[in-house]
Amino acid sequence: MTARTDKIDKLAQHTARSDAGVSLAAAAWRRLRRNPVFLLGAAIVVAFVVLALLAPLLAPHDPAEPMLGDQVVRARNEIPPSQPGHPLGGDQVGRDLLSRLLVGAQQTLLVGVLATLIGLAGGLVLGTLAGALSGWVDTVVMRVVDVMLSIPGLLLAVSIGSLFAQPNQYTVILAVAIVQIPVFARLLRGSMLAQRHSDHVLAARALGVRERAIVFRHMLPNSLGPVIVQATLVLAIAIIEAAGLSFLGLGNPDDRLPEWGQMLGQAQNVIDSHPELAFWPAGCIVVVALGFTLVGESLREALDPKSRR
Amino acid sequence: MALLEVRDLKVEFRRRGEEPVRAVDGVSFDVQPGQTVGLVGESGCGKSVTALTIMGLLPKRGPHVSGSARFDATELLSLSDRQMRDRRGRDLGMVFQDPLSSLNPVVPIGLQVTEVLERHRGMSRRQATVEAADLLDKVGIPDPRRRLDEYPHQLSGGMRQRALIAIALACRPRLLIADEPTTALDVTIQAQILALLANLVRDTETALIMITHDLGVVAGLCDEVNVLYAGRVVERAKRHDLFAIPRHPYTHGLLSSIPRLDAPRGDRLSPITGSVADNIPWTTGCAFAPRCPNALDVCVEVTPEMTDDVGVPDNRSLRCHNPVERAKRDGEALV
Ligand SMILES: Nc1ncnc2c1ncn2[C@@H]1O[C@H](COP(=O)(O)OP(=O)(O)O)[C@@H](O)[C@H]1O
Ligand SMILES: [Mg+2]
Repeated sequence: MTARTDKIDKLAQHTARSDAGVSLAAAAWRRLRRNPVFLLGAAIVVAFVVLALLAPLLAPHDPAEPMLGDQVVRARNEIPPSQPGHPLGGDQVGRDLLSRLLVGAQQTLLVGVLATLIGLAGGLVLGTLAGALSGWVDTVVMRVVDVMLSIPGLLLAVSIGSLFAQPNQYTVILAVAIVQIPVFARLLRGSMLAQRHSDHVLAARALGVRERAIVFRHMLPNSLGPVIVQATLVLAIAIIEAAGLSFLGLGNPDDRLPEWGQMLGQAQNVIDSHPELAFWPAGCIVVVALGFTLVGESLREALDPKSRR
Repeated sequence: MALLEVRDLKVEFRRRGEEPVRAVDGVSFDVQPGQTVGLVGESGCGKSVTALTIMGLLPKRGPHVSGSARFDATELLSLSDRQMRDRRGRDLGMVFQDPLSSLNPVVPIGLQVTEVLERHRGMSRRQATVEAADLLDKVGIPDPRRRLDEYPHQLSGGMRQRALIAIALACRPRLLIADEPTTALDVTIQAQILALLANLVRDTETALIMITHDLGVVAGLCDEVNVLYAGRVVERAKRHDLFAIPRHPYTHGLLSSIPRLDAPRGDRLSPITGSVADNIPWTTGCAFAPRCPNALDVCVEVTPEMTDDVGVPDNRSLRCHNPVERAKRDGEALV
């Protein structure tokens, strides 16, 4: 627990010392453009987002339609191999695997983005409350946040996900989002506290600026840097955790709408004879998560004042 | 009556598990309406804490404040947070040392000026924008309309400090406190900013407390000078008198450590020995005694009081048992 909270606090400190937001962003961008790690991550992310958005147009077949093999083949549990028109072959019930992967990308993007946005929104509210109203509000919020942070993320997500009687893709999103709230909250509170003692907040106080304006015009906008970086990293985490929940059967039970984690879960039964059915969705999850992580880490590095000349 | 009367102001920082720090140890001085008063002393002597106390900007927890700071017959130290907030920016303004970090990096300059105008002068955004351009123009920022939309990092250091002065003076406060306003600037810019301040406070009849460690700044600007040492005023005099006849050995030391163009060749600079690290509190004897070339036995035994200086003709005050004799400095006979 302490390792995790320490890491969050360090992140908050790092970017909070930014001396000029706008020039900082410009300088960071200049450095990012030349960073091969960022370029690789960005390429993956862009490719993923484009494929996911265009999936319904790009998918050669209906992902829900069993079209490969016949009753006999399926009864023998044979997997349709790669063939003309179906470069990756079919899945256990004869649906086109490539189409399922493409449409699955869309689901993954939806789940990842929604979970991150909800987590971000919750974290912004709690973090702003704690950072703006120190005292007992801060104490209560941070106690809850620390308790939640002391539970490993995936475990917490699974626990929350299993609370719902009828899991579907939205319960997955909610479960993953709730787990991210304390991370964002603690991060934002940390950088707000650093802002509270900054020169420009003191200067605003010296002008008699009201507390509300101090919080929303001076402290909050200057605290968002580390939160934005974290959001990029959380996208990767959310995708992995959502896949984990689906894999465990806590996701959408309707498998006509494919999702990578769910595909991975269903491939379990045939993993000895047909590992490729597990390989494709797993590979997609890993590559996409890696893409977001590379972008997030290089963003953080670029915004870290210590790495600046 | 004085606009600001500071009497026996003491500020002590207490932290759990640490020795309390007496940052300000009984400072007293007056500021008359429209007057420019210098607070001079080496770094760490309590200048900034004095200013923050008057402004009511000390952190809530930690410092213990006693004494009195009366502004226009109102005791500032007993005002509520809200009353104090209403006065800040309107009656009392402050300019800080580092112009870049004193501006909000993500808000355009214009908004930072209009923020105060809307807050204290009840202007609409549109009126405030017109007034803001006018204010930037007054502090010598060229093309003020365009500057309103720019961010702090787009301005040079001197322009930023001009903008901050414009913001601090936006609501025409009666007292402006400038805490080392030129220390972070290039030397050439320093002179411009000081000239600007001098003109503005003269034209608007604003009283100014000029805080600096640099006697050169005082020389060009202040009517009266208070020299601070270890949280107390040790000497107070009109600017000309102080430079002509420094009486406290500390003031004398400060003056002799400034390089002078008119000094005879071969004259050595004589810096004050020791540093703030050698400072002792004003408990027994004079705090400056360990570093003082004039120290006598009495100096380490009896704490000197602030008294009218009878050794010189003008009305000035001194906290010293053995001041620098006028005769020693310029060879004139004692009065
Ligand atoms: N917030 C604080 N907490 C503890 N000590 C402080 C604080 N602010 C200032 N001090 C101490 O008060 C003394 C005077 O500081 P300051 O007024 O900033 O000096 P200066 O004359 O250079 O402006 C210093 O010894 C400093 O360490
Ligand atoms: Mg200072």
